[in-house]
Amino acid sequence: MSARDAILAGIRRGLRRGPLPPAEAAALDERLVAHRRNLVPARAAALDHAGRIGLFVAMAEEVQTTVARVASAADVPNEVARYLAAENLPADLAMAPDPALDALPWDARPLLQIRRGKAEAGDAASLTPCLAAIAETGTLILVSGTATPTTLNFLPDTHIVVVRADQVVASYEDGWDLVRQRGPMPRTVNFITGPSRTGDIEQRIELGAHGPRRLHVVLIDDGAPIA
Amino acid sequence: MQPTSRDFPANARAGLVDPVLQRALGLARTGFPARRQQAIARLPEFEALREEGRRIKDHTLANLDFYLERYEAVVIATGGHVHWARDAAEARDRVLEICRSVGATTVAKGKSMVAEEIALNEHLERHGIAPVETDLGEYIIQLRHEPPSHIIAPAIHLMKEQVADTFRAAHQELDPARSLAEPRQLCEEARTILRPRFLAADVGITGANFLIAETGSSIIVTNEGNGDLSQILPRVHIVLAGIEKLVPTLEDAATLLRLLARSATGQEFSTYTTVSTGPRRPGDRDGPDEYHVILLDNGRSALLGGEFHDMLRCLRCAACLNHCPVYAAVGGHAYGWVYPGPMGAVLTPALVGLREAGHLPNASTFCGRCESVCPVKIPLPNMMRHWREREFAQGLSPRAYRSGLRAWAWMAQRPRLYHAAAALAGRGLGWFGRDRGRFRSLPLASGWTLVRDMPAPEGRTFQSLWAERQRAGGGTR
Repeated sequence: MSARDAILAGIRRGLRRGPLPPAEAAALDERLVAHRRNLVPARAAALDHAGRIGLFVAMAEEVQTTVARVASAADVPNEVARYLAAENLPADLAMAPDPALDALPWDARPLLQIRRGKAEAGDAASLTPCLAAIAETGTLILVSGTATPTTLNFLPDTHIVVVRADQVVASYEDGWDLVRQRGPMPRTVNFITGPSRTGDIEQRIELGAHGPRRLHVVLIDDGAPIA
Repeated sequence: MQPTSRDFPANARAGLVDPVLQRALGLARTGFPARRQQAIARLPEFEALREEGRRIKDHTLANLDFYLERYEAVVIATGGHVHWARDAAEARDRVLEICRSVGATTVAKGKSMVAEEIALNEHLERHGIAPVETDLGEYIIQLRHEPPSHIIAPAIHLMKEQVADTFRAAHQELDPARSLAEPRQLCEEARTILRPRFLAADVGITGANFLIAETGSSIIVTNEGNGDLSQILPRVHIVLAGIEKLVPTLEDAATLLRLLARSATGQEFSTYTTVSTGPRRPGDRDGPDEYHVILLDNGRSALLGGEFHDMLRCLRCAACLNHCPVYAAVGGHAYGWVYPGPMGAVLTPALVGLREAGHLPNASTFCGRCESVCPVKIPLPNMMRHWREREFAQGLSPRAYRSGLRAWAWMAQRPRLYHAAAALAGRGLGWFGRDRGRFRSLPLASGWTLVRDMPAPEGRTFQSLWAERQRAGGGTR
């Protein structure tokens, strides 16, 4: 008997039944397809969109994410350059090869060195878009894909993420909906809540354990209507 | 690792007088419970979520065969491989086969309790493959050749001075005069040393906090980002998971994730929650070429439907360790295997046998804190009691204990005799101890009096006081 069959037989022996009858299996398949929500906390769900943006920023800052609000997408290059200079970082960026980021007016900051692609060892800072931002805990959702390599989220010391106000949603469940709307599950979905940290030595929290030491959000709050 | 749970009494005594361990445990004793309390106080729905979490896991376990088959089919459809392992040896062999199939010489490991359970590192090393633990705590104990002492904070038994000594001994290539006085410096050094190892690793191995039947995904939860670097840089990603890690949908995982970090570290959410589905897709610029999941049974299916069924709900959050007065006094190594504390006291006898681990379910005061903080409401004290019953029934408990218990049972079945003897003993002990009010030693009770005084009874039994009160017309209030 294969290991697979032995394990499944052992499970059924413990549950004192054979394989599920077709009707019961169909009901469970329906549960999978429906993927209904369980209890979703009111914390963010009860807020309007402005309230959710406020909660997202507050929760993100609580876990040492820094947030800069800009009034339009055209301001992103200036904010990125300002942030790197303020943190005393080189004006080098590994940028996600994402059309929306490409469309930003980078000419305005000719001194920024930008390389598009995945992250390489030694990259100091990365710039990526995100799929959504979760107000409930100040969490960013990033998905892998041709335009969004996952290494950009982990290898560089500094990770800068562009968030549009209309990407701020209440809950993880809202995030799953957006992931599903894109199509098949991407290879990687990252929920990121603050820069890397560890408490493994005397439970003292130290930032920058293995992933980014800094996580900076550029929030484009242009007052555009929410779809 | 070979269990040493038989030596729990000696290990525990050694832990009680180890000054470094006691300082380290002192930090944990106050830190974790306070942070958890703060986190759940901010979430009014926390109790309702515990009930939902329990319900989700119960539903999954009741249909585990169905969900495993669905999960397997989706993993395969997304380009991944599923390997089933009945026991630790099969799981180790599957990992080794995969490593050999790509000619791997080094493996980067995210933290995985299943890897500890199957003693994977020793096996890989024996076959010429170098595993590198990348979680800071796991890296520290790997250098020290120690097992983890806590399921989410493996090096919690150490103070920073021990870590500094360990790093000086291991990182000989670095300047011996460097300062390692602060945790900051120790973290920096580990980051610097481990970064090239991530980049060089041929295979990355992680555990899984959840497996999702709906999407064929595995989820890991970390704060350091080491699990992510371990799985996106190497060519091959291997996920090690117990079969009980399954949940039906992403929505179900969301509910359990809300419980996990708050119960574990008191965080609102862990820094990195990562959902992995299959290998890299056409057009992806990074990510592994191969994605393998090893589903480990190793005694789990035998728990289904029995007295220990509820243990399979466990999320491995460590809240029960963090709130256990016994764990807090003796530390995790005393338990002698991979899983310490209350969850270990229930799980270890199931996985390594009652003969080896019989002490563990006895190492509890039954104070009930573990059950009260468990995010999925596992009745841990009840299950420890089941183990004690089995130990007695199988004749595994010590002879003195068994004959004492038999004598007590004989008396307890004769209430008149019992009350008379109890009243006599109470009066007698009260008379002998009337001057000091306590005893420094008592015949047959040295187990108690060696480490603390026994208070002298004040003369009357509860029964007689109660009877008097009833006669005087006092109600039950």
